[in-house]
Amino acid sequence: MAFPGLLRAAIVRRACNVLLLLLAVLVLNFSLIHLAPGDPVEALVGEMGGATPELIAQLRVQYGLDQPFIVQLMVYLGNVVQGDLGVSTYYNRPVTALVLERIGPTLLLVTSSLFSAIVLGTLLGVFSAQRRRSPLSHLVTVLSLAGFSAPVFWLGIMLILMFSVAIPILPISGMSSGDSSQGIWLYCLDVGQHLVLPALTLALIYLAFYSRLSRTSMIDVLDADYVRTARAKGLSQRQVIYKHALRNAILPVVTFAGLQFGQVLSGAVLVETVFAWPGLGTLAYESILRRDAPTLLGILFFSAMIVIAMNVFTDIVYRLVDPRIKAR
Amino acid sequence: MNSKAAPDQTSPPLIAEPTSPTRQAWLMFRGNLSAMAGLVILLLILFVAILGPSLYPVSPTEMVWMPLTPPGASEYWLGTDYIGRDILAGLINGGRVTIAIGLAAASITFVIGVTIGALAGFYGGWVDNLLMRVTEFFQVLPNLLFAMIVVMLFSASLTNVAIAIGIVSWTATARLTRAEFMRIREMEYVKAERAIGARNRRLIWSVILPNAAPPLVVVSALSTGSAILFEAGLSFLGLSDPNAMSWGRMIGDNRPYILDSWWGVTFPGVAIFLTVLAICLVGDGLNDAFNPKLRQR
Repeated sequence: MAFPGLLRAAIVRRACNVLLLLLAVLVLNFSLIHLAPGDPVEALVGEMGGATPELIAQLRVQYGLDQPFIVQLMVYLGNVVQGDLGVSTYYNRPVTALVLERIGPTLLLVTSSLFSAIVLGTLLGVFSAQRRRSPLSHLVTVLSLAGFSAPVFWLGIMLILMFSVAIPILPISGMSSGDSSQGIWLYCLDVGQHLVLPALTLALIYLAFYSRLSRTSMIDVLDADYVRTARAKGLSQRQVIYKHALRNAILPVVTFAGLQFGQVLSGAVLVETVFAWPGLGTLAYESILRRDAPTLLGILFFSAMIVIAMNVFTDIVYRLVDPRIKAR
Repeated sequence: MNSKAAPDQTSPPLIAEPTSPTRQAWLMFRGNLSAMAGLVILLLILFVAILGPSLYPVSPTEMVWMPLTPPGASEYWLGTDYIGRDILAGLINGGRVTIAIGLAAASITFVIGVTIGALAGFYGGWVDNLLMRVTEFFQVLPNLLFAMIVVMLFSASLTNVAIAIGIVSWTATARLTRAEFMRIREMEYVKAERAIGARNRRLIWSVILPNAAPPLVVVSALSTGSAILFEAGLSFLGLSDPNAMSWGRMIGDNRPYILDSWWGVTFPGVAIFLTVLAICLVGDGLNDAFNPKLRQR
């Protein structure tokens, strides 16, 4: 029952929810810096190699650190609304610009690996659900256990060992060979080659997860009454599987794709570090080494935004796949 | 598990004796080959982690032999790393740290997750609404990034690492607990307890919680596995106590030298993999043992 009023109310509620979540991330961000021992001025003074108490006091006033917590928080929120997430203490550049430069490669890595993991994983799950005792079915079970148990960064290192020592055909570090004058197609090919190993590493972990998830979900669905009805009215196996069963079995996959996006980004931090992929993850790693808190918090904020956007997107997909919840 | 409760004879008793649910679960578990394999591996790893350092008293942090000695080429079986530290000693001592942090973090996860899930599921209404908003918020935060920031800002002590992992990992436990509480809350025996005047606190902790235990045990086993992976990730990035050897740190330390020594990164990874795999197998086995109906899958 697609009722425009209800639908609009749902959208408004959703939008408020998103704004609240973003606000909460910002408040958390700010509180973390506030609660942590030491403050930016101390760090600055440390880098300068000491300063007089007068200068320190002056710096505190300059940075607004003498104001009460709530005032500082309001100033911070006001700045963020204007797109100002502070200045990186290492690069001495606005955090927003730094993060935006790195967001593209991360999105490329994460979406390509998640997409291939979901498509391949669902197919594996669907095939193995139809023959529960087949070798493929056992393979899915073993694969999903192994995928859960292997540390993603270690898997990446093992792939590097394999492809740099045993079969040196793929580049193992960076995003391109650094020569962008060769024309757009060759450049894309170059990036594609560099993408293979990091994307494969990340995809393997989630392939394991999604194949098991869709296998379980498909088994549930195949036992349902409406599938038996579809069979009884004489539909072919292919029609039953792909038109009736898969559409329902895929719902948990969609849900988890949204819920897990934060974890996938976390995995990307490790994979990017291993393969020197120039995304948010390597930026986060470098910022840790340099103790660059503003940059790290900026990355956290932008990643949370990506996850929230992804959640809204899966919500929409969910509504498209499952017509029953259109009005909800 | 309570291995003492296991009977010696393998043939079923002739008269159907009443068996406790725990015992039934154990019998089920014992018949599960992969679960038993997981349990044996896990016990072995725990044995090595607890007693290993006294049985194999080589320092994991000191240079003992030529750097980058391959496995089998010296008295240090698994070889040495880039500054001549014994890999085997690193594995034995690092296992202690990794497993201890995994257990500590999983306990924190359990306490936070069960408390929030129990309150949300039991009270419902605005309590549920509020707590689920909080859960949603923690789900949106990329957990590793958040833990990295917490550890960096509040110093990388082992306690802080465990706390950081605990506070970013509890959402799954909370959701499961909430679902279980919402289900069990409506059961006859809970209503009966309430009718004879049991207070909410008793209903939550003494009536519902024990009945929600089986799935929570399974999810706790799995979250111990995740916490170990998480700790490995953090210490791989260098976010761990610099004085404590751990598996993730060994991989991180040896990573720049992989082209000269595959063993420095491979063995610690195998150790992490085996530990988490064993935990998973035990968790899966427990799941099957608690829900025999689901076994056909």
